[in-house]
Amino acid sequence: MQANTLSGGFADPATQSAHAFRSVMEAMARPGAIQDIHGAAPPAPLSPAMGAVLLTLCDTETPIYLAGDMDCEAARAWLAFHTGAPFVGPAQCMFAVGKWDALAPLSVYPIGTSEYPDRSATLIVECSELAASGATLTGPGIKDQATLSLPEVDAFQDNRTLFPLGLDFIFTCGERLAALPRSTEVSRSSSEAIAQVGAS
Amino acid sequence: MTEYNFAYLDEQTKRMIRRAILKGLTIPGYQVPFASREMPMPYGWGTGGVQVSAAVLTPKDTFKVIDQGADDTTNAVSIRTFFQRTAGVATTTATSDATVIQTRHRIPEEPLHEGQILVYQVPIPEPLRFLEPRESETRKMHSLEEYGLMHVKLYEDISRHGHIATSYAYPVKVEGRYVMDPSPIPKFDNPKLGDMAAIQLFGAGREQRIYALPPYTQVVSLDFEDHPFEASKADHPCGMCGATDSYLDELIIDDLGGRMFVCSDTDYCEARQAAGHKGKDAA
Ligand SMILES: [Zn+2]
Repeated sequence: MQANTLSGGFADPATQSAHAFRSVMEAMARPGAIQDIHGAAPPAPLSPAMGAVLLTLCDTETPIYLAGDMDCEAARAWLAFHTGAPFVGPAQCMFAVGKWDALAPLSVYPIGTSEYPDRSATLIVECSELAASGATLTGPGIKDQATLSLPEVDAFQDNRTLFPLGLDFIFTCGERLAALPRSTEVSRSSSEAIAQVGAS
Repeated sequence: MTEYNFAYLDEQTKRMIRRAILKGLTIPGYQVPFASREMPMPYGWGTGGVQVSAAVLTPKDTFKVIDQGADDTTNAVSIRTFFQRTAGVATTTATSDATVIQTRHRIPEEPLHEGQILVYQVPIPEPLRFLEPRESETRKMHSLEEYGLMHVKLYEDISRHGHIATSYAYPVKVEGRYVMDPSPIPKFDNPKLGDMAAIQLFGAGREQRIYALPPYTQVVSLDFEDHPFEASKADHPCGMCGATDSYLDELIIDDLGGRMFVCSDTDYCEARQAAGHKGKDAA
C-alpha cells in the first residue's frame, strides 16, 4: 500500500464533510452555479474536488464505477481505504467517476424506476475547465437562466426527456464543482433558451 | 464531558440523509425514502426536520427554529439548544440573520434570500394518504400522475361548503409534475413556496421521507377555474404591530371572550414594533 493511499482524506471528517456537502448541495440546488470545495487531497487522476465529493457521499452502501483512466490502482486503493465503497460496472453503480468521453454511453447507467426515480446514478465528471459560459440552462433552481461550460448539449437534452427519471451530473475541476440535475433544460445559446421558454 | 458526534448523527447516517437530500433536489416534489434514526426527542417534535438539519448544518451556520411562527416555544428552544450544543452553531431569532431555519407549520413573513435553507418538519408527507392508505398504491398514483381523486376531494369541499375548506397542508403541484404536501402550513403561506430564493427541504421522521424544492421552483396550489386558490387569512390588522399583510393568530385575552389578533411570526411582529409600528391593542 502506498503512503498516499492513507493520506489525503478529510483531516476533520465531520466538519469538512459538512462544508463539502453544502457546496455539493448548493451546486445541485442551483444548476450551473460554480462552488468551491476543499479538504481532500486524493492521488491523481482524481482532482481535489472529485475526492471531496466522493468522501462526502460515498461509503460501503454506494457502488462506484470508475471509468477509463480513473480505473487505476491509485484511485481504487485511495477510495477503498477512505470510503470502503465497492467497485462495480456502470449498470450497477450509484456513482460513476470519469472524464466525459470515458463515461459514454450514458444509456448503460441506472435512471431509476417510475415508482423510485431516485434509484438512479449520479455521474461525477472530471473536467479540464469549468466556467460560467457556453450552454444555457433553465429550470428549477435557476432564476431566469444560467450558463455552464458543458462537454456537449445533446446528451443532456436527451436526459431531460426522461424526467422524472434520468441521471444527475456533478462536474469537478481543481477545487471547484458545478452540477446539472435531470430537471434542467439545456440549450446551445440563450436565444434558443428563450424560444424554448416561449414555446412551453 | 459527553462526546457528541458533530450534529449528533454519525457520519454514515448523515451521508445517507445527504444523498437523499440531493435526490430530492434533482426530482422536486418527489418523496425520497430514507432510513430515519432515533433522535433524543419524541416524534411529534419534528425528528424528520431535525435529521435534515443535522445533515446540512456546518459550524459556521446561524440557526433559527420556529414553531408555528414563534421562536420561544418549548419545542423551538429545545431544538435550537440541541444544535447549539452538538453542532456548535450560532443561533438567532432574526429571520434575515439565519442561514438555516427549521420550521414547524409556518413560512417566515420576511422573504428569504439566496444562501438560506428552510427545513420543514413534516408529520404526513404523502398528500394522497387520506385518499389511499396503502403506500404501494400512492406510489403508483404518483408514478402515473394519477391525481384525479385529489381534485375530486377538493371539489367535494366546494359542493359541501361553497369553497375549498382545506386551510392547512393545502396540496401543491411542483413543476407540473408531482403533487406535494407542503406540511401543515396555513394556505396563506402557499404562495411563498414557489419561486423562493432559498432552498426548501422537507423531513418526515416517522414516515421516513425527505423531499425538496430547489430555489425558483414553480409551485402551484391545486384549484379550479371557477374556484381559484385564495391565500386567505383573518381579515384584521395585527393588534400589536398593525401589519395587514401577515398571518394572524387569534388570542383569547380575557374571561369575557375578548379576542385579539396578532402576527403568528413573532420575529416579524417584534421587528415591526421595534421600528415604531403600533397596533390598536399595543400598550
Ligand atoms: Zn404583528
